[in-house]
Amino acid sequence: MSRYLADRIAKRLVLFLGISSFLILVLIAVFIFREGYPAFQELGFSLFGTKWYPSRDAFGIATMIVGSAVVTLIALAIAIPLSLGCAIFLAEVAPPRVREFARPAVELLLGIPSVVYGLVGLVVLLPIIADISGRGSGSSVLAAGIVLAIMVLPTVTSISEDSIRAVPSHYKEGALAMGATQWQAIRHVLLPAARPGIIAAIILGTGRAIGETMAMIMVIGNSPIFPDSIFSPARTLTGNIAVEISHATGTHASALFATGVVLFVMVMLINSVGIIFYKRTAR
Amino acid sequence: MTRWIYIAVSLVLAFAAVLVAGCGGGGGIDVGGSTTVQPLAEKWAKAYEGVDVTVSGGGSSAGVKGVAEGILDIGAISRDLKSDETDEWPDLVPTIIAYDGVAIVVNPSNPNEITDLTIEEVRDIFAAGSSSTWTVVSREEGSGTRETFEKKVMGEEEISASAEFLPSNGAIKQKVAATSNAIGYISLGYVDDDVEAVSVDGVVCNTDNVRIGTYPISRALYYVTEGEPEGDVLDFIEFCLSTQGQQIVEEEGYISIQ
Repeated sequence: MSRYLADRIAKRLVLFLGISSFLILVLIAVFIFREGYPAFQELGFSLFGTKWYPSRDAFGIATMIVGSAVVTLIALAIAIPLSLGCAIFLAEVAPPRVREFARPAVELLLGIPSVVYGLVGLVVLLPIIADISGRGSGSSVLAAGIVLAIMVLPTVTSISEDSIRAVPSHYKEGALAMGATQWQAIRHVLLPAARPGIIAAIILGTGRAIGETMAMIMVIGNSPIFPDSIFSPARTLTGNIAVEISHATGTHASALFATGVVLFVMVMLINSVGIIFYKRTAR
Repeated sequence: MTRWIYIAVSLVLAFAAVLVAGCGGGGGIDVGGSTTVQPLAEKWAKAYEGVDVTVSGGGSSAGVKGVAEGILDIGAISRDLKSDETDEWPDLVPTIIAYDGVAIVVNPSNPNEITDLTIEEVRDIFAAGSSSTWTVVSREEGSGTRETFEKKVMGEEEISASAEFLPSNGAIKQKVAATSNAIGYISLGYVDDDVEAVSVDGVVCNTDNVRIGTYPISRALYYVTEGEPEGDVLDFIEFCLSTQGQQIVEEEGYISIQ
């Protein structure tokens, strides 16, 4: 076989693989929209009502949209400062030996299955929160937010660290040469220069947070209500699908797929905003 | 370069071969559905000396759907078949395999010091939802245990959305055992020392009272098959209904059909 033939085959193969991953995305999107369509058609705007009680024909998912949003915001509020601090530490402050140990440790967090986070939350976190809040079992948006924050921590940390490291070293050297302290150089030169990467990291983290399911089911209580405090239980869009899909038929099943459509659109919106932001700041 | 392509192609082929082999399946029986019936089915599967029996959960409705779609050989349900299910899949045949009570359970150290409730009190607690007095824990939509509970206790009332919703008997039991003011409902077969079953209308929830019918929240458990059971599936169901099989039912805390 000539080298050129091999080259052509390789090119085709890569093209095929590249297109097929895109095709899979399209097929999934088409499938979800097709399955969810009857619910939109049948329920219309009542799909965005506040009451979810499928056996009594109430299919409102407004509470879960809010639930997902609140949990994600809590998670980001905790995870962003932690991961940024961690990224700055790893990239700029830590001695090489500490870094050698700490960076893989943070990345190891990525490999832990989500059900394990859920279990730790269930056994360790919920009793503490129940004690503090003095109400119920501790299942709450706060518990869910804390568990999620730990889960998105490695993603946000390692991408932020990479983007801080990618800043050309003469930026920092220049700042130091002009008499800036190390903290001033980090704060005013490195971080602004690394900002597009950091924002991308946060958006990836948000995507992961909104999509997380298993750990959420275990610590959030799955109550389809608007959370009235951080100690209130709630239900996420993903949890709604996971808890009920195996039982669902007819309109109920379609309403769950419609839940998936809403989730899909939310993630698309977040990613688009992220990309726009990223491009604007990168310019 | 070419060598890599060969390696890639043979990897893909090997992967495909594994997939095909995996889908072929052996000669065993797949049983799934109601988590109420699951512990019982696991004991049966262990004691049964015929073909391998694989047991999974998923909930009653998943059991019905699984059988109808050919994914399962036997679907376990802890409620009656619903009319929309028999309309959609008219060939389903239910066989009663045991009876069960639905116990109202509280934490053994519950601060409300409740040991006896009337049906109306249980209904009011679940309709009111979680508060500082109670943490109400319920099964999710589609659960057979929940449907029995709604039919026998709630009537026209709805379970409050502020209750916590968990997807299995085991999860409810765990939550009630871990939360001092929790109240939930689980299959009688799941009741042990971790939780306390309260009396309903003055009747203690135990197998005897379910058998004689004085305990008000009870139901039949079924195995559902597509058409009349036959072959290996029939053999297994006959084993479950045999004296030995029904003895296991009693040992597990359910009520035998004899």
